[in-house]
Amino acid sequence: MRLTRFLSKNWLLTYAALYVAFLYAPVILLPLFAFNESTIIAFPLTGFTTKWFTVLFESTALHQAVKNSLIIGVVTAVLSTILGTCAARAMVRFGFPFKRGIVSFIMLPLVLPEIIVAVALLVLLMQLGFPLSIWTVIGGHVLICVPFSVAILSSAFQGLDKNLEEASLDLGETGWGTFRRVIFPLILPGVISSLLITFTISLDEFIIAFFLTGTDVTLPVYIWSQLRFPAKLPSVMALGTILLVLSVLLLVLGEWFRRRSAKQQGLDPASGGGFMQ
Amino acid sequence: MISPPLLYALIMLAAPLAMVVTFSFWSQNYLDLDTTITLKNYKEAWSKPIYRVLILRSLNISIMVTLVTVLLAFPMAYFLSFRVKRNKALWLFLITIPFWTSYLLRVFLWKVILGYNGVLNSALMGLGIIDEPMTFILYNLNAVVITLAHAWAPFAILPIFVSLERIDRSLLEAAEDLGDGPFRRFFRVTLPLAMPGVIASTLIVMIPTVGDFITPKLVGGTDGLMISNMIQIQFGKANNAPLGAALAIASMVIVGSVSLVIFIAGRWFRGRAQ
Repeated sequence: MRLTRFLSKNWLLTYAALYVAFLYAPVILLPLFAFNESTIIAFPLTGFTTKWFTVLFESTALHQAVKNSLIIGVVTAVLSTILGTCAARAMVRFGFPFKRGIVSFIMLPLVLPEIIVAVALLVLLMQLGFPLSIWTVIGGHVLICVPFSVAILSSAFQGLDKNLEEASLDLGETGWGTFRRVIFPLILPGVISSLLITFTISLDEFIIAFFLTGTDVTLPVYIWSQLRFPAKLPSVMALGTILLVLSVLLLVLGEWFRRRSAKQQGLDPASGGGFMQ
Repeated sequence: MISPPLLYALIMLAAPLAMVVTFSFWSQNYLDLDTTITLKNYKEAWSKPIYRVLILRSLNISIMVTLVTVLLAFPMAYFLSFRVKRNKALWLFLITIPFWTSYLLRVFLWKVILGYNGVLNSALMGLGIIDEPMTFILYNLNAVVITLAHAWAPFAILPIFVSLERIDRSLLEAAEDLGDGPFRRFFRVTLPLAMPGVIASTLIVMIPTVGDFITPKLVGGTDGLMISNMIQIQFGKANNAPLGAALAIASMVIVGSVSLVIFIAGRWFRGRAQ
């Protein structure tokens, strides 16, 4: 009786708790099966083992996929953050003709289904006779990562005091020197946050990588190929567990940098422009 | 400053999109690409029942997924905005964590949960709630809807949350003072003001759903296959890229028009409420 009274009074809280449980349901299973003795992914659990992690350390195909994904992730993060910095600075500081149109065009990949982006790039590359490699995947990933980078960095630029730049120019710095010595250090936390988030997006991205990867598979494409073999599943779970922990660490780090930058510029760190909004 | 990113977007987005449109008017016999302009692909896409069925089904599934996702997300966003007083950022972070694992693995894990010997069935049977495993939850439409309602959750919650946060709380007090009960207040004040967020999350969920081919392939069975699976097959095994391009464009145009209708309807609803 007390329970029903509690539920009817706090139905919204109850709903929220159930919803969060729904959100976490698949993720909770990941470590459970990663450390489970049995090859079959089902309950009841049979016993504790770390052998699936050992399997991972011995697979050379996996190591190659991880290496490819890391290269793609790092290059994508750097390129899209550079492009994102240019776009965000131009958006926040300057007016130019067709501004709205150009900005929405750069942000367009956010709302375009990934399969369209992937197919479009594939068709163009096929027509140009361009061989598929990790560079074609990077090309696609930069395209979808730039909008995220722009969103993060435009909030960093918005908090920038225009007078600091003008002071630096008045004191005889060149445009590049001002950027390097005044602007860049101030937006650095935003830049780091953008690097981390675009890296994470690239690392997880499957559809574009699936279409544009040649023989050099990425990690998600490797996982996709493993899902067909029931015997490989427990080690895929182990891999997923490692990835989850790494992603969360990277994101916590990214968020920490974003908050630090917001605090430096005297903004409310809980509001505006983070990857969570 | 704007030119490098603009140039990149032009080369990597505008040019490929233009190429796909051109491609869809070409035709292909195995390896030979015929570059005479033809409407053959569109005719085929329209007249062969399989393509029409797949496109309509994709649209149908997208609309169902969107409805379920947004309806489930709204109370959560409402809770975050109106009931959580401190640590809002922490709650938001908690909601986003499950989505930073591999998307493939999340979809696959739903298969583990919903399967015949899956987590849900064994748990319910262990508790004595059901006698035999439920079969209507995997390899069909329901599975696709459940999995995607999960996959898009944060994309639906966040826009609604942001628009709820922007609502001036004094308006709600005013409605109450003027004699509106909680229900009338919700439907006449809160919901219309939250409409931009609802529309945004509807579009954010619906558009990528049409383009998804992993979820249908892993949990959808044959009834859950969608147009993106067919596009992928045309570019892969069937080796008919022009037809694939035509299907991609046809589905984009249809989704685009549905999105436009939703957008305009949302505007109209908001305008009428004010």
